[in-house]
Amino acid sequence: MQYDLIVVGGGPAGMAAARAARDQGERVLLLDDNPGLGGQIWRGREDLRLEGVELGLGHTLTEWRGEAKRLILACGARELLLPFPGWTMPHVVGAGGLQALVKQGLAIQGKRVVVCGSGPLLLAVAANLRKAGAEVPRVAEQAPWEKLLTFGLGLWRWPSKIFEAVGYATSGYRAGLWPVEAWEGGVTLSDGSKINCDYVACGFGLVANGELARLLGCRMNGGLVAVDDWQRTSVEGVYAVGEMTGIGGVEKAEAEGRAAGARQRVTGNWGAFASALAKTFALREELRALATAETIVCRCEDVRWGRIATMGGKRQARLEARCGMGACQARICGPALEWMCGWGPENVRPPLFPLSVREFLRDRDEAGHPPTGHSL
Amino acid sequence: MVGGGIVGAACARQLEREGFHCVIVERDVMGSGATAAGMGHVVVMDDSEAQFALTRRSRDLWDAMELPDEVEFERCGTLWVAADEEELEAVRGKLAYYRERGVEAELLDARRLYEAERGLRAGMAGGFLVPGDSVIYAPCAAAWLGRGIERKKAEVLTLGDGWVELRGGERLEGDIVLCATGAWAAKLTPGLEVKPRKGHLAITDRYPGAIRHQLIELGYLKSAHGDSTESVAFNVQPRRTGQLLIGSSRQYGVEDGGVERHILERMLRRAVEYLPGLAAMQLIRVWAGFRAATPDKLPIIGLARNCSRTWLATGHEGLGITTCLGTAELLADLVMGRGTALRAADYAPGRFA
Amino acid sequence: MKIRVNGQEVEVQAGMSVAAVVMNLGLAARRSVTGEPRGPVCGMGVCFECRLWVDGEGPLRSCQMPVREGMEVVTDAV
Ligand SMILES: Cc1cc2nc3c(=O)[nH]c(=O)nc-3n(C[C@H](O)[C@H](O)[C@H](O)COP(=O)(O)OP(=O)(O)OC[C@H]3O[C@@H](n4cnc5c(N)ncnc54)[C@H](O)[C@@H]3O)c2cc1C
Ligand SMILES: Cc1cc2nc3c(=O)[nH]c(=O)nc-3n(C[C@H](O)[C@H](O)[C@H](O)COP(=O)(O)OP(=O)(O)OC[C@H]3O[C@@H](n4cnc5c(N)ncnc54)[C@H](O)[C@@H]3O)c2cc1C
Ligand code: FES
Repeated sequence: MQYDLIVVGGGPAGMAAARAARDQGERVLLLDDNPGLGGQIWRGREDLRLEGVELGLGHTLTEWRGEAKRLILACGARELLLPFPGWTMPHVVGAGGLQALVKQGLAIQGKRVVVCGSGPLLLAVAANLRKAGAEVPRVAEQAPWEKLLTFGLGLWRWPSKIFEAVGYATSGYRAGLWPVEAWEGGVTLSDGSKINCDYVACGFGLVANGELARLLGCRMNGGLVAVDDWQRTSVEGVYAVGEMTGIGGVEKAEAEGRAAGARQRVTGNWGAFASALAKTFALREELRALATAETIVCRCEDVRWGRIATMGGKRQARLEARCGMGACQARICGPALEWMCGWGPENVRPPLFPLSVREFLRDRDEAGHPPTGHSL
Repeated sequence: MVGGGIVGAACARQLEREGFHCVIVERDVMGSGATAAGMGHVVVMDDSEAQFALTRRSRDLWDAMELPDEVEFERCGTLWVAADEEELEAVRGKLAYYRERGVEAELLDARRLYEAERGLRAGMAGGFLVPGDSVIYAPCAAAWLGRGIERKKAEVLTLGDGWVELRGGERLEGDIVLCATGAWAAKLTPGLEVKPRKGHLAITDRYPGAIRHQLIELGYLKSAHGDSTESVAFNVQPRRTGQLLIGSSRQYGVEDGGVERHILERMLRRAVEYLPGLAAMQLIRVWAGFRAATPDKLPIIGLARNCSRTWLATGHEGLGITTCLGTAELLADLVMGRGTALRAADYAPGRFA
Repeated sequence: MKIRVNGQEVEVQAGMSVAAVVMNLGLAARRSVTGEPRGPVCGMGVCFECRLWVDGEGPLRSCQMPVREGMEVVTDAV
């Protein structure tokens, strides 16, 4: 099947891209590894529609073999999780992660949750958890008040963002505070306070899901995909939109998606907004030293910080200590070590996500689409 | 010592023992070339008398080593699988050959084959078991062999007799210079009969106990020792982690190190034909590497042409993890002007002339 | 709808993920390679901490897997 466009990722960015291209009469296929549309923010909403676009939901793109004229990457972001003592215990969950699990049916009513880490996401998560009946005694933001205030004041430049600022009045919100240790039934914060809770919802901001772009050979800029004003990457025919090109939220994602879908120049000063966000929530030095020698850094392979702290880089840590060699392929420890030690990213190889040998060998899925298997 | 793969590391270790002060010049991380890409099967092979002698001697040397835990040494044995009676019949000669030379081996009928490995597809004729073969984790083995030896991170651009020139112009001299740059050897020694031969591997998530031996189809011998431009064979290894490492493929004439789906697919289909349970296992990573292939499938060990101080240790094809120790021993004997346990002429650089 | 988790029948709502079901039961999804209990972290398919076995296949990410009538889930299998 020859498509004019394949969109990878069904969040706001990918949906906007698919819609815009469809409106121009293009034949579009949209893939998402999740069984539902909507991406991280709209997942679970029942009113999402994408008429006139072929959907391959529950399908992970693990490999690209070039069966479309254009490819738009809209793979979104994931949370940056930093190792600290106790972070591997089952009650410590990502902040956005816990929210996602609640959408999936996790019973949160009446549970006590400490939300901590960094970024505006913490506010959204705290609000949503409370709405779902959880008790949130503390929201701990590592960034200092001074920076938050400057950012909050600057929000007038992005009018529709103002409502987010209201969040700073969230009860239990503290700036300049971060987790230092999790223990069975609770967490200790940097001011020494020990809080009992059922879950610690902890994330230190977002990092782009850049693996597919790197596999395709797109030029990266820091951890982000480098694009021009038309959202074109350095690889002919490949575009990137949304959080992959800069962490800037849903409006940026949609604006970029629309532009790429319609082959137009993107409007809006999204780069400035993304960098204001990044500056405000820049991680403090103290967080680099949270892990002790005994703390597990690579969760898949249980590699402890003491084993790799003195190594020369990620490749050595990988080859000699199995750090990042497990199923997640360094998706979690990679960005953490990048931030903690400045170690650059490792090569990406297919399959982008693990899949069974049978799936790998299946050229066509039951419905007969060549691309909706796991490789294109 | 140019090249910090397992061969360079083993040779450096041996020469240090002879009293040399060695510096390993490696352009990347130690053990990051073929050594990081390979399977780590320590195996006796019988394509030729010389191959048998070198692999067997090397396996003895591995057995005699006291290896740290991270080298993941496991004596799991090799089980060569005979798909039909014809293959089983043909393997009888192999049995006699191994036994005459004092290497333990056994013929398994079909019943014993399935006792040994329940996961094999029904209908196989039998197997040839070599219980003394092992598996190691080569990157850690290379790091361990090279431990305590001075290292220099640099790329060698020119190789002379007793000297090398690095990128940036620096020149290093040595009483001995060793070129152990694996598949890249011909770059520094033009005319050397070493060609890169690409191989793919795939690794699964952890399935402890799924298989117990390194499993190889007898047809592998044709693939490894033949000269076709492209071949695959069933070759699956149990890692200590419980993972299954799936091989193997061989390609000449490909320079790009990227993963190629068509050959990977052939390789995996072959593996599933022998081990149906693989189909349901999760693949977590695939990669490719280059073997340093020579026309007679034997490594090149000895003084470089027209040199008195520059030596070669390359061309180990698909056996360098196994044969690095035998190579290092032979090299040290040659350097020291001693008699050698192996027939040095079989591996001499000048033999193709 | 009903599924089985470690041999026990469990009543679940359509649309739930297997990860959520397992967390609601207070179970760890898997054991780490050194034996620690681990549960879902990212909820979006990238951390692989929610891996478990379903209908004899695995380890699979349970946060990306909606419940299906009659499915057999096994946690804690290394
Ligand atoms: C965990 C998390 C929670 C968040 N919660 C909130 C919130 O509560 N409020 C808020 O305002 N913002 C939230 N955000 C920010 C929000 O994600 C962005 O503002 C917006 O959704 C970005 O849209 P996107 O389309 O770029 O990415 P996403 O919405 O993340 O969509 C990307 C999609 O691509 C899919 N995908 C990725 N790789 C592949 C592949 N190889 N094959 C197939 N599919 C693939 C992913 O599963 C995902 O569905 C959250 C972000 C994260 C990471
Ligand atoms: C897919 C595959 C499977 C294999 N399976 C097995 C197996 O099961 N058992 C077995 O025994 N063998 C196996 N092998 C073979 C084995 O991996 C190799 O024979 C062995 O690793 C060779 O080691 P080496 O040190 O010669 O080469 P390498 O490990 O390649 O080392 C050469 C080093 O030299 C460096 N270098 C190159 N040029 C320069 C320069 N100009 N300046 C500085 N440094 C330089 C490189 O960076 C590299 O690190 C396999 C190989 C492959 C590809
Ligand atoms: S919870 Fe992270 S992959 Fe499922």
